[in-house]
Amino acid sequence: MRTSLHPALTITASLIFAILVAPLFIILGASVSDTSYLTFPPQGITLRWFTNIFEISAFRTTAITSLQIALLGTALALLIGIPAAYALNRFRIRLPSWLANVFVLPILVPEIVLGFSLLKSVTISLGLPVFIVLLLGHALLVLPYAVRVVGASLASFDFSIEEAAISLGCPPLKTFFTVVLPNISAGVIAAFILAFITSMNDVSVSLFLTGPGISTLPIQILAHMEQFFDPTIASVSVLLMILTVGVMAIVEATLGLTFLTK
Amino acid sequence: MVKRLTPWILAGPASLLVLLLLILPVGATLLATFADAKGWAAPYLAFFNSGFRRTVLWRTVEISLITTVISVILGFIAAYVVAQMPGRLKSIMIIAAVFPLLTGVVVRSFAWLILLGKNGILNSALLSLGLITEPISMLYTEGAVIAAMVYLFVPLMILTLSGVLEGIPKDVLEAASSLGAAPFAVFRQVILPLAMPGLIVGAVLVFTGSFTSYATPQLLGGERQMMMGTLLYQRAMVTFDWTGASTVAAIMVVVTIAIVLVMTRLARRLNPMAA
Repeated sequence: MRTSLHPALTITASLIFAILVAPLFIILGASVSDTSYLTFPPQGITLRWFTNIFEISAFRTTAITSLQIALLGTALALLIGIPAAYALNRFRIRLPSWLANVFVLPILVPEIVLGFSLLKSVTISLGLPVFIVLLLGHALLVLPYAVRVVGASLASFDFSIEEAAISLGCPPLKTFFTVVLPNISAGVIAAFILAFITSMNDVSVSLFLTGPGISTLPIQILAHMEQFFDPTIASVSVLLMILTVGVMAIVEATLGLTFLTK
Repeated sequence: MVKRLTPWILAGPASLLVLLLLILPVGATLLATFADAKGWAAPYLAFFNSGFRRTVLWRTVEISLITTVISVILGFIAAYVVAQMPGRLKSIMIIAAVFPLLTGVVVRSFAWLILLGKNGILNSALLSLGLITEPISMLYTEGAVIAAMVYLFVPLMILTLSGVLEGIPKDVLEAASSLGAAPFAVFRQVILPLAMPGLIVGAVLVFTGSFTSYATPQLLGGERQMMMGTLLYQRAMVTFDWTGASTVAAIMVVVTIAIVLVMTRLARRLNPMAA
């Protein structure tokens, strides 16, 4: 659609976009302020808050845990989610119609309820190790991306190509990897990125699943903020925003950013 | 035999993960509220008899509704402009929406802590303009929570709606104008009805997201502006009242699922394309 725009609309929209971006620049400013409290505009310029991050070992260890959980959890979700998405598309008539809705549940059920329930029923009742429950909780949280985003790719895949390969004697598993997978790679990449970012940023599920010695970066940031109100958090936030920029560059290079509006 | 089982073998592991880690644990949480020693409805009576907890529920509904209305309006205006922009400007606007969206909720809420704090930018601005003589405390108010929540959800609304608005065929709008419809009539009678299903879906995402949020009310509302998410955490991890926490969880699940079911049905019925 395209019609003429009233100037008032354009001005309002520009303001909205400015307000969306401005707070992130304020964090950048606050992270270099040479004061022991958070302030903007920065007073003096220093990088000591960035070096301070690396002196606080909790930030280092939780950042590593977050990356491990995000990568392993996403990998697990894709490993079991892609076959499920394939089955839901390929064998639609042989599977019950409600099964697709099962994979919407992790989005539908509030994350904080999921975290609390996992703590109660899995960590405490079954006594599983903290890291394992955290990993499984994150895999569950991002499973809908694997099933639904990959599923959307599979929905536009012409399965007769696969049948052709199989009837020409290609084994089913090899057919999947050489014929089906290359055709849905955009969906797999999109699912991976969305899942990874969701896991890295998650608070509500991790909140209940972190335990002594094992925590994730967002939870550590929250804990730090309750005790200190210094620019360290601003500099950690800047590092996380650099990660976001990296992810956006990957999205732009592989899929184009407009895929997020579809 | 193996062939007949193939679909289930492929879908099995993922289904099992959802069954074992979601359906059973969340089911157990919900059931626990009905299996209380003091009678099956006792936890709910306790919740609604407590003035404090009623206030928290009401505040959560109120904040979520206000957040949803503001986010829908701002998101619609921004998405409307995005949909009309030429290529380059459009990508810049989409980047401006995607970047906050991909930045975590903790970082984005934290930004508002700097903005609204005692030494924050808003206070210094008001001080230097001479509008106030000493910093006013804006944190831990309902307004602070709403501002940060709107900030959280507007990008989501922009991306949802700009996809919807892009999808409206140009011919339809031209037809309306050439038949004599004024710009506002085109908006009210053509664009709005066509965007309504997407708008409802976006609004549901914002409402349920606000209703179940934790980090934003924790950071910007604190104890004073407790919401359902922070109440659940406080019941579970501070007072160790697990039945109380489960009751909060059950109310959250029921409200969320009811809203999603009712509103998606409404969105389907309002879809003019489906008729």
